[in-house]
Amino acid sequence: MDFRLNEEQQMLQDTVARLVRGEYSFEKRLEFSETDLGFSADFWRQLSELGLTAVPFSEELGGFGGGGVEVQSVMAELGRGLCLEPYLQSIILGGGLIGQAGNDSQKENWLAGIASGELKAAVGLQEPQSYYDLNNVETRAEKNGEGYVLNGRKAVVIGGHCADLIIVSARTSGDSDSADGISLFALSPDTDGVERRTYPTIDGAKGCDITLNNVQVGADALLGEEGQAGGVIEYQAGRAIAALCAEAVGVMEMANELTLDYLKQRKQFGVPIGRFQVLQHRMVDMMSELEQARSMAILAASVADGEQGDERRRVLAAAKNVIGRAGQFISEAGIQSHGGIGMTWEYNFAHYAKRLIAINHQLGDDDFHLERYAALLQVS
Amino acid sequence: MNMNYTAEELAFRDEVRAFLDEKLPADIAAKVKGFRRLSKEDHQRWQKILSEQGWYATHWPEEYGGVKWTPVQKHIWDEESCRYGVPRSIPFGVNMVAPVIIKFGSEEQKQTYLPRILSGEDWWCQGYSEPGAGSDLASLKTRAVRDGDHYIVNGQKTWTTLGQHANMIFCLVRTNTEVKNQEGISFLLIDMNTPGITVRPIITLDGEHEVNEVFFEDVKVPVENLVGEEDKGWTYAKFLLTYERTGLAGIGLSKAALTHLKQLASRRLKNGRPLIEDPSFSQRIAKVEIDLTAAAISNLRIIASVEGGGVPGAESSMLKVKGTEIRQAINDLARRAIGPYALPFVEEELDLDYDGEFLSDENAAPLSAQYFNNRKLSIFGGSNEIQKNIVSKMILGL
Repeated sequence: MDFRLNEEQQMLQDTVARLVRGEYSFEKRLEFSETDLGFSADFWRQLSELGLTAVPFSEELGGFGGGGVEVQSVMAELGRGLCLEPYLQSIILGGGLIGQAGNDSQKENWLAGIASGELKAAVGLQEPQSYYDLNNVETRAEKNGEGYVLNGRKAVVIGGHCADLIIVSARTSGDSDSADGISLFALSPDTDGVERRTYPTIDGAKGCDITLNNVQVGADALLGEEGQAGGVIEYQAGRAIAALCAEAVGVMEMANELTLDYLKQRKQFGVPIGRFQVLQHRMVDMMSELEQARSMAILAASVADGEQGDERRRVLAAAKNVIGRAGQFISEAGIQSHGGIGMTWEYNFAHYAKRLIAINHQLGDDDFHLERYAALLQVS
Repeated sequence: MNMNYTAEELAFRDEVRAFLDEKLPADIAAKVKGFRRLSKEDHQRWQKILSEQGWYATHWPEEYGGVKWTPVQKHIWDEESCRYGVPRSIPFGVNMVAPVIIKFGSEEQKQTYLPRILSGEDWWCQGYSEPGAGSDLASLKTRAVRDGDHYIVNGQKTWTTLGQHANMIFCLVRTNTEVKNQEGISFLLIDMNTPGITVRPIITLDGEHEVNEVFFEDVKVPVENLVGEEDKGWTYAKFLLTYERTGLAGIGLSKAALTHLKQLASRRLKNGRPLIEDPSFSQRIAKVEIDLTAAAISNLRIIASVEGGGVPGAESSMLKVKGTEIRQAINDLARRAIGPYALPFVEEELDLDYDGEFLSDENAAPLSAQYFNNRKLSIFGGSNEIQKNIVSKMILGL
């Protein structure tokens, strides 16, 4: 057993950490967030130049076939910087879906672009009525002579506002909550009938809801077998959950460091407030929750690219549940420990707190994953 | 990053399993798994088997008859022994006083006491807490005054676990009242059969006799029973506490208790269905199982970090808090699982040889009592609040 990163993984993490420290000050992040793009094109380019956008891809695509642990190393540092770039959406999910389901020409068309960061993908897997259940798909794709016609609405597509390629799930058969009959389509946002309502998110990123009105796509837009995408989506959402868990650990680390610093510096009643036992114990609880989260992020990374099955499902549900709970605890306890300053826009802690809560709303919150886990309980 | 056992570790696990398959007495395992009472004889019988195997003293150097297990091997032993229903080892001799004697004791003390611990001839208990010295242990008042070749000991110890079985007690005593609390304490080894010692039971809220008060009235203790130097006992006490704290997270025990809980919840009914299929109950189980999974990985991370030797630091304090909370949560659910049958307190069903009809489930009788008994987990070994103070000071620097 060895929980240390190997030399290569450590170098990878150090590279991302250096880049984030140098380029992603809190003040700059606020600026990036306020642009139309919603992140830094320059930082995205630098990630690409250092080969970091290609990490999970094969050598032919400029990557080195990084698995869960390599992705974890990148995501944790992006989390520490509260980075807004669409790494999760484009590299992990977009690249993952195409890599798993796409045919040779689709991979050839899109993967190199995604791996280099030049092509930004976004994924629309949720719908207004779906809550977090990715099998709940009411968007329809009807076959016609030229391919398919899509109708429906995809909800909260993070990064969809600036994506060059949008991957959506749509039902080609089956009931609205059946895992069977779901298909994936990759389309340009400029296709006729695609409408985007763009908005900022509470944690400083940008997203959109996408309405599909009689959107005609060619047969070559279909990713993978018709009606067989349920398993692909579940698998790739699992990889994304592991990546989110890693990001969350980075966010929590920073949140705890900031809070601990504050407890040592802020004086009231003539002493640093960290002298007060009630605040000490809460800080210990924050640290303990972080350690639980870190353990689960490690476990999630270890199964992220592994074989699908109930064991992988259990681990990922457990991890997202722990991360959700720990994130909310650290967010709330951290604001409380900071007092008034924790409530302000201009101080960085609040933005870490908001990201932690936001992560709980991506790919299923702690309640959702607890229910999933409970359904998979094993009695020996 | 590698979360798998090596081939050697897997071979060790097989060896452990083979040993337990062959040597663990079925009646003892049944008692442990069913949370029944264990007798002194049960403990001694099992200790003898372990000693013969050479697996009793896993913290000791080989020259004293110990076995050199790596932290991972100890972890494997912990996991497997909990799974099989091995009795909890009584730690006071083998895992507490022995490491102190080995590190700070005289040659004569080593020669005298270590073999007797190994053979089971001595049963040790711990004389630390006093009525006025709990979390603030250093304020202890039991007095030892030098008189020629002896110390004369007067005072009272309390919460002495299984002191009713013990023939030896290691005690923190005050030898100097002129200095700071921590600087006037000495570490004495005392024969329980010395005149002037009285042991009185404390019956705990579950009706059990597990802990005791020990009174000392002009007890004569030979000076050669002093460990190390006079007035330096606090150093030895703290050294011992680091050993006490390791393993207090009880991950293996929680895993065994969770397995038991899930089996129980599969047998009990609610709305005509197994309780484990009830949405709210299954989610309660799921939550504690998830927390345990995370704590188990945290435990492995600590183990892997000390694989090179040494004992874990304040990280184990944090894990003690989390681990005991988890075990208490499992006990809580087990009590809830039997619904109204949590009320009957049928003591005769606690004995393994009970052959009457069970009032409800054969495992129901101990569950409420066990829930109450295990409230101790967050109090002993340094209360969870004290653990948080330690983490706050040692890790956070507050």
